[in-house]
Amino acid sequence: MITRRNALSGLVGLCLLSSPLQAESMLVLADRLYTKNGPVIESGAVLIQDGKIRQVGRQAEIRPPAGIQTLHAAVVTPGLIDARTVVGLAGYLNQPHDQDQLENSTAMQPQLRALDAFNARERLVDWVRSLGVTTLHTGHGPGALISGQTMLRKSYGAQVDDGLMQPLAMIVAQLGPGAFGAENRSPGTRSKQIAMLRQQLIRAQEYQQKLQDVEEGKAPARDLELEALVAVLDGSVPLLVTAYREQDMRSALRIADEFGIRIVLDGAAEAYLMLDAIKAAGVPVILHPTMARQFGELENASFTTAQQLHQAGIPFAFQSGYEAYVPKTRVVLWEAAIAAAYGLPFEAALAAITIDAAKILGIEQQVGSIAVGKDADLVLFSGDPFEYTTQVRQVIINGQLVSDEPH
Amino acid sequence: MRKSFLLAIGCVVCAVQAQDSPQAFVGATLLTMDGPPIANGTLLVDQGRIVAVGSQVAIPATASVHRLDGKVIMPGLVDTHSHIGQVAGADRSAPIQADVRALDSINSRHAGFMKARAGGITTVNVMPGSGHLLSGQTSYLKLRNASSIEQLAIRTESGAMAGGIKMANGTNPLRASPFPGTRGKAAALMRAQLVSAQEYCQRRESDNPPARNLGQDALCEVFIGERIVHHHSHRHDDVLTVLRLADEFNFRVVLHHVSEGALVADAIARAGVAASIIHIDSPGGKLEVMNLLPDNGKVLADAGVLLAYHTDDPITDSRLFLRSAAMGVRFGLDRETALRSVTINGAKMLDLQDRVGSLTVGKDADFIVLSGDPLSLYTRVEQTWVEGEQVFDLNNPEHALFATGGYGAGRDQVASDVLQLEAAQ
Repeated sequence: MITRRNALSGLVGLCLLSSPLQAESMLVLADRLYTKNGPVIESGAVLIQDGKIRQVGRQAEIRPPAGIQTLHAAVVTPGLIDARTVVGLAGYLNQPHDQDQLENSTAMQPQLRALDAFNARERLVDWVRSLGVTTLHTGHGPGALISGQTMLRKSYGAQVDDGLMQPLAMIVAQLGPGAFGAENRSPGTRSKQIAMLRQQLIRAQEYQQKLQDVEEGKAPARDLELEALVAVLDGSVPLLVTAYREQDMRSALRIADEFGIRIVLDGAAEAYLMLDAIKAAGVPVILHPTMARQFGELENASFTTAQQLHQAGIPFAFQSGYEAYVPKTRVVLWEAAIAAAYGLPFEAALAAITIDAAKILGIEQQVGSIAVGKDADLVLFSGDPFEYTTQVRQVIINGQLVSDEPH
Repeated sequence: MRKSFLLAIGCVVCAVQAQDSPQAFVGATLLTMDGPPIANGTLLVDQGRIVAVGSQVAIPATASVHRLDGKVIMPGLVDTHSHIGQVAGADRSAPIQADVRALDSINSRHAGFMKARAGGITTVNVMPGSGHLLSGQTSYLKLRNASSIEQLAIRTESGAMAGGIKMANGTNPLRASPFPGTRGKAAALMRAQLVSAQEYCQRRESDNPPARNLGQDALCEVFIGERIVHHHSHRHDDVLTVLRLADEFNFRVVLHHVSEGALVADAIARAGVAASIIHIDSPGGKLEVMNLLPDNGKVLADAGVLLAYHTDDPITDSRLFLRSAAMGVRFGLDRETALRSVTINGAKMLDLQDRVGSLTVGKDADFIVLSGDPLSLYTRVEQTWVEGEQVFDLNNPEHALFATGGYGAGRDQVASDVLQLEAAQ
């Protein structure tokens, strides 16, 4: 059980965080082991050494060193991946001093880096870690046409560099009324949004051309804004496009087609209206939280959208997203659970917060499943991971026990 | 042609109106909230009331029988704090507006009503909005097959539409004058209002009564205990301020939200005041709730405080109301209290415990049919019944749209069978 003293002060978390990574061995035993790298293993075991997974199999098959630290749980899964969050940038107090997920002086700021704003000691990072989230795709939030960058980081570590996986993961854009400018500032309509976005991508194309054409010593003046968009144009970084309504998602696909860029659809509340088009475009979806409030742009959202994406064969993952009020962060474990209760098969729901999320984020070689050589990120549950009354008992990141209080 | 049209509507009316003959719901496990669970039980309903509950109930020959083997029946859920119906109470003109009634603003065709039925909610306290010391009179509703406030309202013995009154403290009502700027001013403004109301209420009984004042009239109902104060309060010191005012002015109060309730649980218990709380999936969101943890319910219940959960819809979704109780269990609350916290305990906080909240003979036939354990993720609300009428059926695609969401589920509307019923009346 959470203890109020510890939960309020975060002392336990910080003690764990401040200890250096050590070469450690650990054995994790599971009545049911969901590896997401093959079938479920009954009476499974995972041997961890030096922060990596060294052996996976039935308990009878594993030969651990004598005296090894051993943990046991009813169910063990890979560490959970939150495929799109703002924790670390949008703090739990929700005061101006801890809200760094959106800078809205201008409509497009792709040069804003997530790592310059990430507060590693933010309580919401502790909170989601205690509920099994080991990898965060976090960064700038919705609310602007282009709000900034995201990064990939483990959910542990006392400073941003600890556990940093990728300093630049995606550039964040949003279409629809949620990204209209305030007080008569552009963009004020959907058409204006698209015109501005296209014009900026064309500028970035021209900048990219200058970079390629440059003779020795004749480089164009460095432009951080356009530089960031060149990374989108050359395909090294996807554009994460938040869009809820069908028309906005279609605009996103149109932009992707025109500029030949990789996009990931974010939100996608009305995706069920255009499954064929999304599938044909080969675009993955990071679906809005299942429990996101169903009004405004999400008035047509459904608890069954995840199931429909799954049935259509569209790659998708769950996210905690951004909340302006309460809960200040959602928890992907609980969002996946509701989808599982509304028709999404159990294994698909678990995949959407582990291996499928890793694939969309391009980190499936490192995390997302329990497989030899991958990071030892594991979650130990008291039972069915999705059941309301099941608890997360322990969380392991890079072979270290980082949460030991049931949640 | 005209005749056959009327006939068709008549059939629809038959389906949704209170049945004249008794109805027996047979074979389910009954979680009565009034005794131990009854396996393979029978719930007998007649004229909108529960007439028998048990494992050995004689079913009248005239009764229509609903086989519900393997299902679970429990009382319809009671939501002590919701904002469905696009309710808007007080405006921005003053911090205390006791004259304003929620019932005058409720859009009874709001999609939130069908979603609440889909969540198993049958009784709801619709509260006027936020940001005032006193934001108006609340509305106790039954989610009957109806789309006007008059038909939805729960009536007092005198026939008036029942409700409480909503107050708030802490940072919620703090803003530019004439609103309070500090907690001390907030309490002073409220005390001054209550003092003047005391005088008004006394003079009202004299030979020289004052000119009628709607706001003071409502506070007179508070003083005689007919209108319960529903008091928004988060921080522990604000909770204690509520208890202090309730003691000074001797009014009945239910604490709402009570985010730091766990810090003053003993004081709340000693005062004999009930707590209606909310489950939120993470701490924070504003300064006042920085210490809200999901074991709040457990700590309050352990201290002996009468505990309910509420949705605060749209803060949490009415369709997931049972989840709040289940999350309480995840964080230490016992199952029995968790189930009571969304049924009979809430009924007590609305003074409706003699009519709703448990499967008890004589009470209104408000109940839900569940596919399994009410505290399981995988359980669905399959049917919702109010006063012997079915108001939600998961097998009806039109109802199911509200249960899951989807295209059109957000539009204000009532299900077509209800509209047809109205057209026929």
